[in-house]
Amino acid sequence: MADEDDEIILSELDDDELVLQMHDDLYDGLKEEIEEGVRILLERGWEPYDVLTKALVAGMTIVGADFRDGILFVPEVLLAANAMKGGMAILKPLLAETGAPKVGKMVIGTVKGDIHDIGKNLVGMMMEGAGFEVVDLGINNAVEKYIDALKTEDADILGMSALLTTTMPYMKVVIDTMVQMGIRDDYIILVGGAPLNEEFGRAIGADAYCRDAAVAVETAKTFMGRKHNQMSGN
Amino acid sequence: MKLDDDQLTEEGAEITAGGRILLLACGALAHEILAVKKANGWDHMDLTCLPAKLHLYPDRIPNAVAEAVEKHRQDYSDIFVVYADCGTGGLLQAKCAELGVGMVEGPHCYSFFEGNEAFAAHPDEITAFYLTDFLVKQFDAFVWKPMGLDRHPELRDMYFGNYTKLVYQAQTDNPLLDAKAEDCARRLGLDYERRFTGYGDLATTMARLR
Repeated sequence: MADEDDEIILSELDDDELVLQMHDDLYDGLKEEIEEGVRILLERGWEPYDVLTKALVAGMTIVGADFRDGILFVPEVLLAANAMKGGMAILKPLLAETGAPKVGKMVIGTVKGDIHDIGKNLVGMMMEGAGFEVVDLGINNAVEKYIDALKTEDADILGMSALLTTTMPYMKVVIDTMVQMGIRDDYIILVGGAPLNEEFGRAIGADAYCRDAAVAVETAKTFMGRKHNQMSGN
Repeated sequence: MKLDDDQLTEEGAEITAGGRILLLACGALAHEILAVKKANGWDHMDLTCLPAKLHLYPDRIPNAVAEAVEKHRQDYSDIFVVYADCGTGGLLQAKCAELGVGMVEGPHCYSFFEGNEAFAAHPDEITAFYLTDFLVKQFDAFVWKPMGLDRHPELRDMYFGNYTKLVYQAQTDNPLLDAKAEDCARRLGLDYERRFTGYGDLATTMARLR
């Protein structure tokens, strides 16, 4: 059978070929193949952190770029994210054991009145992939829940998401409350969601609006770098 | 005149008969606007609809409306935009103010069909997914296919896992649409509720256009 002859046996590929094939499989949203690829690389002695960054995150970065450029659409990105999630599930306990670098800690959640979490979940996953510890509060979060979590978790970053124009103003409620409590400047505040824009982010007093998961990761890294510089300068 | 729903979705439509006021509307509202217009004998209104599928890209709505206003401005004494905010985050309202034309109040058509006040009175419905008559008829074009559920039904719960019910806001009494809406709910894995709204704030808003 032609199909069988053409089938790629992942375990027969060398490391470089396998990583490239995993990028393709991630792009195509093939969860089982990604899980298999992760297991193969681990069996070959790869560090979990290297599997995460070189195979999964690098692959999702391609997906993210093509989404931004209008080549891929939401359904394809969701399939890719689902495949990456499969790989992450294998790697997560191993990353905890092997002491992978921790870049910072983020509390993330969708705002009160809003139940949409696709973008928020993508950001959380890519942040984890970039070495951030992520505390996901889920959907429909009131201001108290955000603030409690920031304190309890001793977080560096607050991420807020909204899909609806009717719910995005709640982000300002959260930030204003933090200002009143005198804790606003203790945290980096990133906001995102389809109806938001940079102007809105500035107007509500966020540190940055992030238009997609890749931008969120880069922005978070930049702000964490500044925070470390400030701390070492004091 | 028989309006084709696929055309309203993809291309929009122009229904003109020498009226003084132009209603510049979303294609998803064409049937309802014409029904209200006919029931009241409001011959002073013409209708131009932009493609309903613009709703899949709300950021494109303000400029599309602006282009249409400029195109038709010379032919009418007044133009009224029959869109709500529709996910534009206030940008459509700002654009209409800049153009000097009025528009329908409210966040979206689900709200003004039910009546903005009544709709705002049940904020507990954040887990409800709303369909109007038009959206029931065009469910595959507006929901199922753009979300990729025709190709990847396994994505359904990633999109709709946090929703609990589908509310069909019926503008008309049509048992066939009721049955189709219930089937839409089943396909999305949601409970079903039919809520008759009639034309709500759409009718009262149009009545003010003299």
